[in-house]
Amino acid sequence: MPIDSRPRFADMDAAYRAIIEAHRGLSHEQSAALNAALVLILANQIGDHAVLAEALALAKATIAPPARQGAD
Amino acid sequence: MSAAAPFAQFAYLRSPDQSASQPVLHPVAIVGAGPVGLSLAIDLAQRGLKPVLLDDSDRIGDGSRAICFAKRTLEIFDRLGVAKPMLEKGVSWQVGKVFQAGECLYQFDLLPEPGHKMPAFINLQQFHVEKFLIDRAQALGIDLRWKNRVVAVDNNRDGARLSIETPDGRYELEADHVVACDGARSPMRTMLGLSFAGEIFDDQFLIADVRMQAAFPVERWFWFDPPFHSGQSCLLHKQPDDIWRIDLQLSPDADAEHERQPAVVRPRIERMLGHADFELEWVSIYRFQCRRLQTFRHGSVIFAGDAAHQVSPFGARGANSGVQDADNLGWKLALVMSGASPDLLLTSYDSERSEAADENILNSTRATDFIAPRSAMERVFRNAALALARTQPFARRFVNSGRLSLPTPYTGSVLSTPDVDSWSAGLVPGAPIPDAPLESGQLSERLNGGFLLLAGCAVPAGLVPAGVAHVAPGADDILLRERFDLTDNAAYLIRPDGHVAARFRQADQQRLDAALNRARGVFDADR
Repeated sequence: MPIDSRPRFADMDAAYRAIIEAHRGLSHEQSAALNAALVLILANQIGDHAVLAEALALAKATIAPPARQGAD
Repeated sequence: MSAAAPFAQFAYLRSPDQSASQPVLHPVAIVGAGPVGLSLAIDLAQRGLKPVLLDDSDRIGDGSRAICFAKRTLEIFDRLGVAKPMLEKGVSWQVGKVFQAGECLYQFDLLPEPGHKMPAFINLQQFHVEKFLIDRAQALGIDLRWKNRVVAVDNNRDGARLSIETPDGRYELEADHVVACDGARSPMRTMLGLSFAGEIFDDQFLIADVRMQAAFPVERWFWFDPPFHSGQSCLLHKQPDDIWRIDLQLSPDADAEHERQPAVVRPRIERMLGHADFELEWVSIYRFQCRRLQTFRHGSVIFAGDAAHQVSPFGARGANSGVQDADNLGWKLALVMSGASPDLLLTSYDSERSEAADENILNSTRATDFIAPRSAMERVFRNAALALARTQPFARRFVNSGRLSLPTPYTGSVLSTPDVDSWSAGLVPGAPIPDAPLESGQLSERLNGGFLLLAGCAVPAGLVPAGVAHVAPGADDILLRERFDLTDNAAYLIRPDGHVAARFRQADQQRLDAALNRARGVFDADR
């Protein structure tokens, strides 16, 4: 069961908005805690190591590579 | 506090080997009389062999080392004839509780099913365990040589020569097999120049044994971020004689010398207990490590216990896995030394106990990382898992305060005969067997050093191979039949260390003999 790349919500805008609104008014620390709890809940909901691994890889690919390390 | 009197002291006795003109040859020499070396020596002695057990000291050290001995280890100790006094002296427990910020998040039960002779765990100071093992070794007449320090090893494929320093000077002995059970700092490992690779964790932990009267229940209590030790973790275990083991996490940059001073330790523990009515029995500071030898066999030297692999204490996987190393090795050494099995059988010690070491290191590393997160974001996730655990059962399975020691199944063992029949339950080949009650006694008591055939009631006794013990369930042995999915014609061949060698829905002579040969490391020439 690979990651489904197609839109899955009938109203994608509403789903995105629900996530954003959950963070409104939170400090950076609170937002980080919320995200972590959300990731754990959703990961358990998926309940599949292969899908989780693929989702992690997909997410990781969106992160800019770290800046070249200086000579320290 | 390390200057405390020894728990027990033994006399150095000059061995006749020291006066021999040539080094005396022994079938097996064991280096290190800790729980692992003693267990192995007793196992071999019960098989009629005469191991020489060398120890560089002449005493059992005091102080905080292993305290949690698991059900599997107790079953092994039972076979070695030492479980009874340990159970009497030790504190049996099976429930753990996990707290955060003063509130109990959840609890777990490590032995929720009936029908086991041994408890999930006992807590018992290592020095008591060693004393009971030494008493047994002495009763068996084992050649236990105190103040015999191995200082050089000439290691060859077909034997080793050990140079040994004693109060009477140096002597040499030769052994066909040497087993190094000389602990985490293993001088044997150093003498052979072997690398001990792995991970060292930054955080430091204060281990204190405290004497006090307290009414805490006999449970394992673990705190994340307790109010009395903000931002860190704490573990509490009850030991015999009103002694309590307290592990307190310290920061990576804590000054160990400073932290071990009673004037610093006492206020920390007073904050935890809410009173000062206790005595400090022992204090030490550790940085935990997870390391192992790449292989456990080097020439004729075999490594076991902490000398072979080292883990953090979360999960009680140190001494327990070491005793299980000894249990894996004893019967194999005996078969190889008698000529009944080829050397290949000893190679399976390395592969099987490697699988166990890797599993223990994996679990211990995961637990240590959960307890002491390595980055700010790891801590955010850790705290999210804890927060969810209050209400969500799934999140309790993310929380990791130590996954407590269970015997490792040998999934890829060359000694196992793969299943050919259809099984919906029971134990796969390589799995450790559970205990179960019999009409009289317990299954765990029927393992007496040799192989065992656990056979359904319709399997004729004539099918039981020579030299193999036979257990057939009675009409009322329902738990046994359930746990093994044991139908009337089925049979399990069980190894001397209580792991499944093979199982058949319909036992027959040919397949049983082949499985028994295979489990002894004897393969057909054309295989």
